[in-house]
Amino acid sequence: MAESSVDVLLKGGSGRSARGLLRIIILVTIAAAAVSSRLFSVIRFESIIHEFDPWFNFRATKYLVQNGFYEFWDWFDDRTWHPLGRVTGGTLYPGLMVTSGVIYHVLRFLTIPVDIRNICVLLAPGFSGLTALAMYLLTNEMSSSPSAGLLAAAFMGITPGYISRSVAGSYDNEAIAIFLLVFTFFLWIKAVKIGSIMWGALTALFYGYMVSAWGGYVFITNLIPLHVFVLLCMGRYSSRLYISYTTWYALGTLASMQIPFVGFLPIRNSDHMSALGVFGLLQLVAFAEFVRGFIPGKQFQRLLTASIILTSGLAFVGLVVLTMSGVIAPWSGRFYSLWDTGYAKIHIPIIASVSEHQPTAWPSFFFDLNFLIWLFPAGVYICFRDLKDEHVFVIIYAVLSSYFAGVMVRLMLTLTPIVCVAAALVLSYILDIYLKASPGPVTRGRSNEDPSDGLRSARNPEVGISSYFSKAVTTSALIVYLLMFVAHCTWVTSNAYSSPSVVLASRMPDGSQFIIDDYREAYYWLRQNTPANAKIMSWWDYGYQIGGMADRPTLVDNNTWNNTHIATVGKAMSSREEVSYPILRQHDVDYVLVVFGGLLGYSGDDINKFLWMVRIAEGIWPDEVKERDFFTPKGEYRVDDQATPTMRNSLMYKTSYYNFNKLFPMGQATDRVRGARLPAESPQLSTLEEAFTSENWIIRIYKVKDLDNFGRDHNSAVAFDRGNKRKKATKKKGARVLRSE
Amino acid sequence: MAPKRSSAAPSSTSATATSTSSSTTPLSSGPRTLSANSSVSEIAFHVWHQYLTTTSQRTLLLDAFMAFLVLVGGVQFAYCVLAGNYPFNAFLSGFCAAVGQFVLTASLRMQTSSSERTGATGGSANSGKGGKAVVARGEADGGVSHERAFADYIFGSLILHFFCINFIN
Repeated sequence: MAESSVDVLLKGGSGRSARGLLRIIILVTIAAAAVSSRLFSVIRFESIIHEFDPWFNFRATKYLVQNGFYEFWDWFDDRTWHPLGRVTGGTLYPGLMVTSGVIYHVLRFLTIPVDIRNICVLLAPGFSGLTALAMYLLTNEMSSSPSAGLLAAAFMGITPGYISRSVAGSYDNEAIAIFLLVFTFFLWIKAVKIGSIMWGALTALFYGYMVSAWGGYVFITNLIPLHVFVLLCMGRYSSRLYISYTTWYALGTLASMQIPFVGFLPIRNSDHMSALGVFGLLQLVAFAEFVRGFIPGKQFQRLLTASIILTSGLAFVGLVVLTMSGVIAPWSGRFYSLWDTGYAKIHIPIIASVSEHQPTAWPSFFFDLNFLIWLFPAGVYICFRDLKDEHVFVIIYAVLSSYFAGVMVRLMLTLTPIVCVAAALVLSYILDIYLKASPGPVTRGRSNEDPSDGLRSARNPEVGISSYFSKAVTTSALIVYLLMFVAHCTWVTSNAYSSPSVVLASRMPDGSQFIIDDYREAYYWLRQNTPANAKIMSWWDYGYQIGGMADRPTLVDNNTWNNTHIATVGKAMSSREEVSYPILRQHDVDYVLVVFGGLLGYSGDDINKFLWMVRIAEGIWPDEVKERDFFTPKGEYRVDDQATPTMRNSLMYKTSYYNFNKLFPMGQATDRVRGARLPAESPQLSTLEEAFTSENWIIRIYKVKDLDNFGRDHNSAVAFDRGNKRKKATKKKGARVLRSE
Repeated sequence: MAPKRSSAAPSSTSATATSTSSSTTPLSSGPRTLSANSSVSEIAFHVWHQYLTTTSQRTLLLDAFMAFLVLVGGVQFAYCVLAGNYPFNAFLSGFCAAVGQFVLTASLRMQTSSSERTGATGGSANSGKGGKAVVARGEADGGVSHERAFADYIFGSLILHFFCINFIN
């Protein structure tokens, strides 16, 4: 039978190397699957950078490659935030750009000429392959079963929760940050297990890399101290813990301070204080342990606990006092919004306005994680059964990140790794029991021959496992689940997460694909038809894209560092033309760009974002801009005949609907997003003139008129022109008629 | 006793005074269960004496280095508090270097002295070249041999000082 030959292959000395080889092959296959499942967008569309933030990263990377590292470090960008500029080199996380820059130069050195754009597009899939490998290592530290690591790697490779941020072209910080997160945790677990300075130092190095790559490093900064603190409270202090933690903290803090954007935050900001507190606590505990070596006493443990509670209480009081007195900066706004979901909406509209900062809707857990989400609690339970140091880590991570993932959509990303670990632990546990000595699938069945596994099955009585029927049922059920998971992941990836959002795709009635390329059309128009220094005003969402694709200076962009400036733009958009025009003049605005989806039914347009502009502007000028004025007396947000005068006179409304009714027969103009019939009269613009409207009207660009030659205000000038033109036109017509006859 | 007590000081800056006193409470009350009549100073002296006799020469050297680092860190911190923190980068990198080196040395001490301690309780305070048995025990204890611990220490220190020099401006 084939089984005997498989046995020969899997047992004994040659079996070990065969298993090793098999494992490597499986891991490489998983990595390949992880990479290739992210290439949907490249195949369907083209090799293009997606969304908003990646455009900035792409632009910064080009700058880095062209001008070198030191120029990049000192980069002052005068083409964004127009009058102010931005100290870009000191206000970004450089890890991503430096990584792709290094890859670019290495490839160039190897005489492989690759366009920097392709590196940027393919960086995220490449790193997701590495993430799968890191996941394998991390899970292997948790479980004695060798199949757990492979399962976790496979889950991590294709789970939509991670793919959502790492498809080809989404060149964002998260692309490499999740790999670094997982790998840092792996190194940390390794350090705690072995207790050597080297692993601690490596953890610190990768932590430093992580700090340079993503603002989410704060998660690590708080999770590791919490792990240590819980272990201390469980009475599990050991020299291994001291060595790994103190090495990590001392080196990691220094490493994180090397990044200019982080700077002195690790010693000033409250987000980082828990790490410092645990560091101090650990010194005390170590010292107490040291003293205990000299005085054997039974009451020592109790006194130790008492002193721990006392000191941590004192440290907490000290922290509060320092925060009150302003020595330590207060918690950042995003942090508050983690605890109080209503906080951001009240205090910082700019944070709340970002869709990825909204609370997660519950179906998205299943959507992003499929059957892993219900294996997750079981995995945490399995960790409770073993409860070694590393299992404590899993439990803490699971609890924290599932809370955070519920608060912010974007933090689903940090939940995904631990869900993969927990689910893999459960699945490997079940498979190990049910596949014991059965000729099941080779990849999973071979784990049974491991000696550690023999121990586990010896612990569990063979009840219910001896029957081939139950084995077959359970295994096939699991395999069905796994297959469904793969199908679900592929479906979600191809349908939900592979759209570049710069290029839109829709289906024609006959099923053929219809590409809507308005964004690039409009940006290219700007690039070709406007002077290189023309200032473009748009809402901040499009700032990075304008900078990246049109290469024109913008007023505000997605790096929302100056709330007032954004509010200024919001005010200009939401006020009457007479109010807006001076603002536009003061900021040297040449063109105003709005996104309008009314013709096509594209719901992510500016009218739908308009209320956020109003809210942000109201935060700065509560007297001049009032959100209430944009709602009808009934409290509705309307754009049709019933719209409030404030709404209909606002610059945003006018620019969006200007001349829109000319596309339709008289009185038939409808906005397909809001499903509203528009007034028959087009809004009149006096200070702007239409410069460009893209094919599907998604992007509309207006030129800001210069001051009137005769010193009139624009309103009367336009009125005069209109009257004049009419007369002239009739006269001319008459004259022409006369002449021709 | 004295250097070790202050050794806890620099790392936890704010809660120093209270924490040292609180960590001495178990010290003073520990022996009280054994001999109720001895005073605190006697116990302290006893501990100090025991420390001197049981600790090996090499470990004492490490302890002296740690005490020196505490001194350096303390002086820098005092300067920062008294004379202002103007070159803040320089102060931070200096202070962090002291703290980091202290921590690394403490780690090295833990890794190397744990097996010696067990050897010392066995009878002779053998501080010479760690024999095969000691190394093996060390590996069984913490999973790290002495040579490996020292190599790690060098590795950690190199990284630490690279960062400090990079940060000092």
